[in-house]
Amino acid sequence: MSKDPVSATPHVVVEDLVFRRGRKLIFDGLSLTVPRGRVTTVMGPSGTGKTTLLRLIGGQLRPDSGRIWVDGEEVARLSNRRLYALRKRMGMLFQTGALLTDMNVFENVAFPLREHTRLPEELIRNLVLMKLEAVGLRGAADLSPAQLSGGMARRVALARAIALDPDMILYDEPFAGLDPITMGQIVTLIQRTNKTLGLTSVLVTHDVVEAMAISDQVVLIAEGRVMDSGTAEEVRAGASEWSQQFLGGHPDGPVPFHYPGSSYRDDLLNEAGRDRD
Amino acid sequence: MIEFLSGLGRSGLHWLAVLGRASTFLFRVLLAQDAVVRRFRLTLAEIYSVGVRSMLIIMVSGLFVGMVLGYQGYITLVNFGAAEALGGVVALSLVRELGPVVTALLFAGRAGSALTAEIGLMKTTEQLSAMEMMAVDPYRRVFAPRFFAGFLSMPLLAALFSAVGVMGGYIVGVGLLGVDSGSYFSQMQAVTDWHEDVMSGVIKSIVFGFVVTWIAVFQGFDAEPTSEGISRATTQTVVVSALAVLGLDFILTGLMFGDM
Amino acid sequence: MKLRFLEVSVGVFVLLGIAALFYLAIQVSNIAEYRDRDTYHVVAYFDHIGGLKVRAPVTVSGVRIGRVAQIVYDPERFQARVTLAIQAGKNYLPADTQASIFTAGLLGEQYIALEPGGDYEMLADGDEVLFTQSALVLENMIGRVLTNISGD
Repeated sequence: MSKDPVSATPHVVVEDLVFRRGRKLIFDGLSLTVPRGRVTTVMGPSGTGKTTLLRLIGGQLRPDSGRIWVDGEEVARLSNRRLYALRKRMGMLFQTGALLTDMNVFENVAFPLREHTRLPEELIRNLVLMKLEAVGLRGAADLSPAQLSGGMARRVALARAIALDPDMILYDEPFAGLDPITMGQIVTLIQRTNKTLGLTSVLVTHDVVEAMAISDQVVLIAEGRVMDSGTAEEVRAGASEWSQQFLGGHPDGPVPFHYPGSSYRDDLLNEAGRDRD
Repeated sequence: MIEFLSGLGRSGLHWLAVLGRASTFLFRVLLAQDAVVRRFRLTLAEIYSVGVRSMLIIMVSGLFVGMVLGYQGYITLVNFGAAEALGGVVALSLVRELGPVVTALLFAGRAGSALTAEIGLMKTTEQLSAMEMMAVDPYRRVFAPRFFAGFLSMPLLAALFSAVGVMGGYIVGVGLLGVDSGSYFSQMQAVTDWHEDVMSGVIKSIVFGFVVTWIAVFQGFDAEPTSEGISRATTQTVVVSALAVLGLDFILTGLMFGDM
Repeated sequence: MKLRFLEVSVGVFVLLGIAALFYLAIQVSNIAEYRDRDTYHVVAYFDHIGGLKVRAPVTVSGVRIGRVAQIVYDPERFQARVTLAIQAGKNYLPADTQASIFTAGLLGEQYIALEPGGDYEMLADGDEVLFTQSALVLENMIGRVLTNISGD
């Protein structure tokens, strides 16, 4: 697969996205583009709705206002059938892997092939083994998901996500909770799949170091809007206080250390007369 | 006082919302029923999980209930010199009421709670979400086969319960207590009407199967994706199913036997 | 292999369930007596039908030869019109047969007992049974007993 030059049409365009969950405003006029064939990382503090963004792109949720295009098609307006056709070209890697627990590793990777193609069993077998080999788990084909470590489960999920050779993969917190070795494996795999298959990769994470190392584009999100975006160097050198706090990992700054409340002195002095449950 | 009323109002709205979600859910599951035939292997696996694996508990319970009926029935009838009518008493109690109702309650406890837990777990571990993103409709792959399996299994299990119960009554009444074996069955046949008694029982168990499976699958679907949420959903399946079965039993009995 | 086991066990389960239904139908209930295939209908008028219900047995000398097909009030004769469906082959009932409503056992269901008369002609489809005896009404009986007692 040849790689499109960066100037070609973006794979995903988000325009003025507004989304609320209950009364909480998650996105307030968010706009970003995801270039084709590159690794884009969306970063932000926990709870900013990064996973929600992936669900909006995948069409599992509908925006309250604003539009999202994937590959030129507006996601929210697609009929069920066309949405499903679009999804076959997208792979998604969930934070926990989300392997189907009633099947073993081989069958999990074979699942999309069996559901969506009529390929004969030998061909499916070869494809599955190839995908497992690409993530280094061909030998684990007979294990059940319960027998896998977190990192291994994620690698199997990656093999499953590339089973149908999608154009784009969405990664939901792929580095969360992994030991250094496994983290290194995942990082390598993401880079490798992106380069060899020419995919567009969208990562959502708050692991700054790993993400910056492999991203072509970094987008920082906070309070429902894009705070900063650009290449890793551009963002690191960015002037905004907020970016500096986030990227530098400073405990206090625009995102305060203390949860808002009354003054310390008042609280201590009023201890005797106050109802504390 | 105001708080109590507003709390009540909020509860009411909450339950209405649940009913609304449950109905939309049911509608979509029913629409997806063609998957039952197309994904027959899946459906087969579900019938095994829900029906075959409940057989043992149903049959053992049926046997015991039949035996108790035989015993209790004898003790009471003997006072009226009507011990020979035992067959009829046992058969009618089982076929009209105990078969459908007790089977439904046992089913809710064993198969229903298992369905809820399984689906709830799939929801919590994002398997349902993953399926959607892989362009596989969870309604067709997960919910429809399970719903059909429950709906089919219930009447069969209820019939098994009643049949084994009748034999249990025979063992105690004829075998142990000396009721005449010929009378046991002839009295039974004289009073048990195919339409009014057996078919009513079958209709009841079909209705119960529909409702209990609906509740079980929906509770799993609607559960909060935490371990607490699943545990609560499983408990609710059993409780709501029990209430629904007993309430429906009252209504159905009134409808079916009402003009007697 | 796993599929095979699944198929077989589900098959066994469904078979057992259906067998249980059959058992309930044949051994437990009265389905055998249920269908009278060909029948002819005669009508009988009663002052009081008591607890007689549709599908109640119609017997002669205690042997069931038919069922009650319909019970309807006739406002012109001020009586209940009961239609009896008698099995086709059993057309040996003389025209002066009497139909009475009896109770099976003390508390049992009510049924129609036919007592043949001596006429040379037989009842045919559409005929009326001329001699009928209504069901015993408990209140009337008690009233009669009381007046008899007080009359002594």
